Amino acid sequence: MTEAILATQGISKSFGALKASDDVSIDLMAGEIHAIIGPNGAGKSTLIKQICGGLKPDTGTVKLLGEDVTDLPTELRARAGLGRTFQISALAMEDTVLQNAVLGALGGQGNPWRFFKPVLKDQDLLDTAMEALERVGLQDHAKTRTAELSHGQRRQLEVAVALTLKPKAFVMDEPMAGLGTEGSKRLTEFLGDLRHQAPILLVEHDMDAVFALADRISVLVYGKVIATGTVEEIRANKDVRDAYLGDEA
Amino acid sequence: MTRETLFNSAALAALALVPLWAHFSGEPFTVTLATRAVILALAAVGLHIALGLGGLVSLGHAVFFGIGGYAMGILAHHAQTYTPLMEWPFVIEGTKSMPVIWLVAVVLSSVVAYFIGLLSLRTSGVYFIMITLAFGQMFFFFAISWSAYGGEDGLSIYVRNGFPGVNTLVPIQFYALCFVILAAVMFFAARLQRSPFGLALNAARQVPDRVETVGLNPMRLRLVAFVLSGAITGLAGALFADLNRFVSPTMFSWQMSGELIIFIILGGLGRLYGPVVGAVVFVALEHILGDLSDYWHIYLGVLLLGVVLFARGGIIGMLLGREVAHD
Repeated sequence: MTEAILATQGISKSFGALKASDDVSIDLMAGEIHAIIGPNGAGKSTLIKQICGGLKPDTGTVKLLGEDVTDLPTELRARAGLGRTFQISALAMEDTVLQNAVLGALGGQGNPWRFFKPVLKDQDLLDTAMEALERVGLQDHAKTRTAELSHGQRRQLEVAVALTLKPKAFVMDEPMAGLGTEGSKRLTEFLGDLRHQAPILLVEHDMDAVFALADRISVLVYGKVIATGTVEEIRANKDVRDAYLGDEA
Repeated sequence: MTRETLFNSAALAALALVPLWAHFSGEPFTVTLATRAVILALAAVGLHIALGLGGLVSLGHAVFFGIGGYAMGILAHHAQTYTPLMEWPFVIEGTKSMPVIWLVAVVLSSVVAYFIGLLSLRTSGVYFIMITLAFGQMFFFFAISWSAYGGEDGLSIYVRNGFPGVNTLVPIQFYALCFVILAAVMFFAARLQRSPFGLALNAARQVPDRVETVGLNPMRLRLVAFVLSGAITGLAGALFADLNRFVSPTMFSWQMSGELIIFIILGGLGRLYGPVVGAVVFVALEHILGDLSDYWHIYLGVLLLGVVLFARGGIIGMLLGREVAHD
């Protein structure tokens, strides 16, 4: 059996009486897109925080490439190969698009302790950043202030920054959020290819995208995984239909 | 050349030429005033690295200013009284040499900034302001009760300290020394702003979450910025004490910390030349308005209110508009 690239093993997290994660075990295999769906308040964001760092599970472990990363802070998980995108774009708005991508490249390179040479004269960083921008189609906007980008372009940049890290696994929190039909379609295509570079744990509300992309889907309700399976299995699952999908499937 | 670089060059040229003109037209007091402005500008450029780049509103930067001041005061005091600073386990003598004093000022401020940063950077926002203020007050009251070095009265130094090849007793020569230091520090600060560290620090101010998720530690970036910032303000403190040939607990006061912030806001937050323009304008106003009334701070208050309400980018922002992203 091949080992999962990324896995949570029985993680639970409570806030007072609220069980935000209840014995959640999810794994991400090489080359796949594993989507996590569920109604609002199901604990998806809490789960992501526990996977990426920032929130420590009460019990259970998070493993990346077989290593236990449960106790690592966010930045060390990123160094270990976790590439994350945010639901609400977390970009340096005052900086240019290129600077945001270079920041990612700098993180990937791991040494920000250089105080003299201009960062935008570092050819290695520039190459990595430009390559990522080209892949998402933002190369012509490199010099644009990020604040001036459209919402869709910010979503693209969000993905580009994650790309610069050359991660071993992606964790994407609603990358389609706020994108129009056209934008969603393009990003869906893009993610479809990206899975071959590194598998993607995808939290997404856009069901068209999820059904088009996911190799496996896990459904989270009240902090619990009520089902995991292929698109067909999930569509056919009665519990899932009752709890979440309703008529959509 | 953009309008911004044009303005900056003009500001720097004015700083170089006006005192020179004052010197030749026999107005040494103006030279001294300019020296005061340049040294305060240096202190505020130090704060700019923490506040402007790092977003750290430190209301305790007088700590470093005071440490620089007392480093100068204590070393020179022992040199002029021919008493060693300490005798056990090894003898340390005082000194009247500026380079040595500066080194001590910078090292001490850095070490103190490291420990203050380590504790206060765990907090943010209003709590960070309060905890840095608290550290400032600790040092202030310590200095007041430190009777070995003058306590409340401070320490007077009879003769200004020396620098090889410069007659520091001549106002224009001491001014030139301070100006060169300011220019050199600004050169490095400008490089820093564009360096990998500068990019990461700037991002840590805007989106700390992002910085973490690309594998960098925002806290460590801020800590290093805080140390660099403290070191520069400490150096300015040593120069300031040398200018006045006097150091007192006032250098540690929270009003001093507040003035450094005022320089930055007055001149323009986020811009390297902001603290410089702010300090120069402040010193000029202090002089001009001070002649008009003992209560000149009222006018300063009105001016500050105006700047904060109507010109968020400070004086430079008013003249040049919002800063464009650097390329």
